[in-house]
Amino acid sequence: MKILVCISHVPDTTSKINFTDNNTKLDANGVQFVINPNDEFGLTRAMWFKEKQGATVHVVNVGGSETEPTLRKALAIGADEAIRVNATPTDGLFVAKQLAKVMQDGAYDLVIAGRESIDYNGGMVPGMLAALTNANFVNTCIQIEVDGNNVIAIREIDGGKETLKTTLPLVIGGQKGLVEESDLRIPNMRGIMQARQKPLNIVEAITASNEMQTLSFEKPAPKGAIKMVDAENIDELINLLHNEAKVI
Amino acid sequence: MSVLVYTESDRGKLKKVALEATSYANAVAALLGTTVTAISINGGDVTELGTYGASKVLQVTNSSLEKFNAKAFADVIKQAAEKESAKVVILTSSANSKYLAPLLAVNLNASLATNVVSVPESVSPFNVKSTVFTNKAFAFTELHKEIKIIELAKNTYGLKENQTSVSSEVYEPHLEDGDFAIQVQSVDRATDKVTIADAEIVVSAGRGLKGPENWGMIEDLAKVLGAATACSKPVSDMGWRPHGEHVGQTGKPVASNLYIAIGISGAIQHLAGINSSKVKVVINNDPEAPFFKAADYGIVGDAFEIVPKLTEKLKEFKANNA
Ligand SMILES: Cc1cc2nc3c(=O)[nH]c(=O)nc-3n(C[C@H](O)[C@H](O)[C@H](O)COP(=O)(O)OP(=O)(O)OC[C@H]3O[C@@H](n4cnc5c(N)ncnc54)[C@H](O)[C@@H]3O)c2cc1C
Repeated sequence: MKILVCISHVPDTTSKINFTDNNTKLDANGVQFVINPNDEFGLTRAMWFKEKQGATVHVVNVGGSETEPTLRKALAIGADEAIRVNATPTDGLFVAKQLAKVMQDGAYDLVIAGRESIDYNGGMVPGMLAALTNANFVNTCIQIEVDGNNVIAIREIDGGKETLKTTLPLVIGGQKGLVEESDLRIPNMRGIMQARQKPLNIVEAITASNEMQTLSFEKPAPKGAIKMVDAENIDELINLLHNEAKVI
Repeated sequence: MSVLVYTESDRGKLKKVALEATSYANAVAALLGTTVTAISINGGDVTELGTYGASKVLQVTNSSLEKFNAKAFADVIKQAAEKESAKVVILTSSANSKYLAPLLAVNLNASLATNVVSVPESVSPFNVKSTVFTNKAFAFTELHKEIKIIELAKNTYGLKENQTSVSSEVYEPHLEDGDFAIQVQSVDRATDKVTIADAEIVVSAGRGLKGPENWGMIEDLAKVLGAATACSKPVSDMGWRPHGEHVGQTGKPVASNLYIAIGISGAIQHLAGINSSKVKVVINNDPEAPFFKAADYGIVGDAFEIVPKLTEKLKEFKANNA
């Protein structure tokens, strides 16, 4: 089985988000970039397929050269090869079209992406990729087993979960559950050394028109002051929630 | 040319988010000088959609669509959009809508905007405002394609009545075998509980509760309020609560009217995911807990004393205000 794991290069979850150039660009100053958390769960599940079922695992990112350390980290965790599509990702469909080309050229059976990237939160790339390549698609996937061409996947739904049966080729939008938090791997020295020798192939982007364009960003208005209620005066809290906030 | 809204239902009953989406569609239609058509799939009684401004409902009743199937549902909505020559399609941000939206966008060759929080800033060019960086910022985006799909973020527009005389039409889309390449084998859900996605109130607890055996008081409080229960990430990582209850940046988002955080410190990743809740209450014994900077109301004190008292007082309040 050939697995392609899509790796989004995103600001670390603790980052303060600021913008530059007249609020048109993310200010990357002082921001540490990491593998998108949803993708990291998927990558770790892919390593399981590699170790238990002999799968080959490639990772891919659509981005500039600044994303290479993130791809190297994925190689250090254990992926066999990395691909960087050399382009500035402008919108979800643009990225999905680049990935569709990579998926088809590499004849991958299973593509593991994250349910969403924690930067632009679009949540659209995996589904668009599936639609463009005519592959099956399972979103918010929290468990996957592959036996030959057959797949059993579990998807999180609002208020529960659903067990689905399908076949390869398949794209999933994954998240925590694919593996547990405690299964995530921190690259060790040996992995980091090996990663330096592994191929990181740079491919040129195909042309694709923009379907949308972000014009500017804005930060939320600062929050008003909190009202403190004395622990001995719970009636006051109920009163505030009822008469002031009107939520109960 | 009408604005098409997909009005989701759950086991034959329209969801509240569907009514919010219809209200929103009505505002978009007003900007475009057109009307709202709703598409309902096994949605049961749809007359309520007229209350929120739909003038036509395409009603699909089909046993093969009894269970949600993203590809088939996207195919139905695509055909409805084409039939209505809709240039704008409105979806909610439920798990199912988020699942089908990208498939629909490719099928319709449309621009897709997700997490949209308000009516378009303008319709020509078509600009929308949405949340990005998990609620840490907003983006203003211009949609270029002729057809636009908007995923409305929950609880941002609200329900707005606009009584309209609504006509209902039986609609039979054409389905193909390929639409069912994914089969649902089983669905496992707690039927007696409010889901975090649909809840008006969410009661959430963290590591401050010390252990899974102490969640009884959280469930009691949630029960009085008709609330969903949620938890912080470490609580689900340690197996105290199921993963489905984990909220925050890497868990479920919460956009309820009221979010009550008990024994949760308020880490940045937690706050990012719950920030779009309207009113936040925090109960924590550490006055320095960062959550106090992000909340609207706070009590410093021991959760084990405060929560049972709060539950009792709320029971009295509910009894007096019933
Ligand atoms: C990549 C990444 C992603 C993450 N994503 C998420 C996410 O999506 N959601 C999330 O929640 N976290 C997330 N986290 C974890 C986050 O950083 C915090 O560790 C976590 O939110 C802390 O959970 P907590 O508040 O329950 O526990 P703690 O931080 O341990 O806080 C417990 C609180 O309980 C209070 N307390 C103790 N006893 C009592 C008492 N008797 N009465 C009242 N209060 C009491 C304490 O004062 C303390 O403030 C993420 C972390 C990383 C690195």
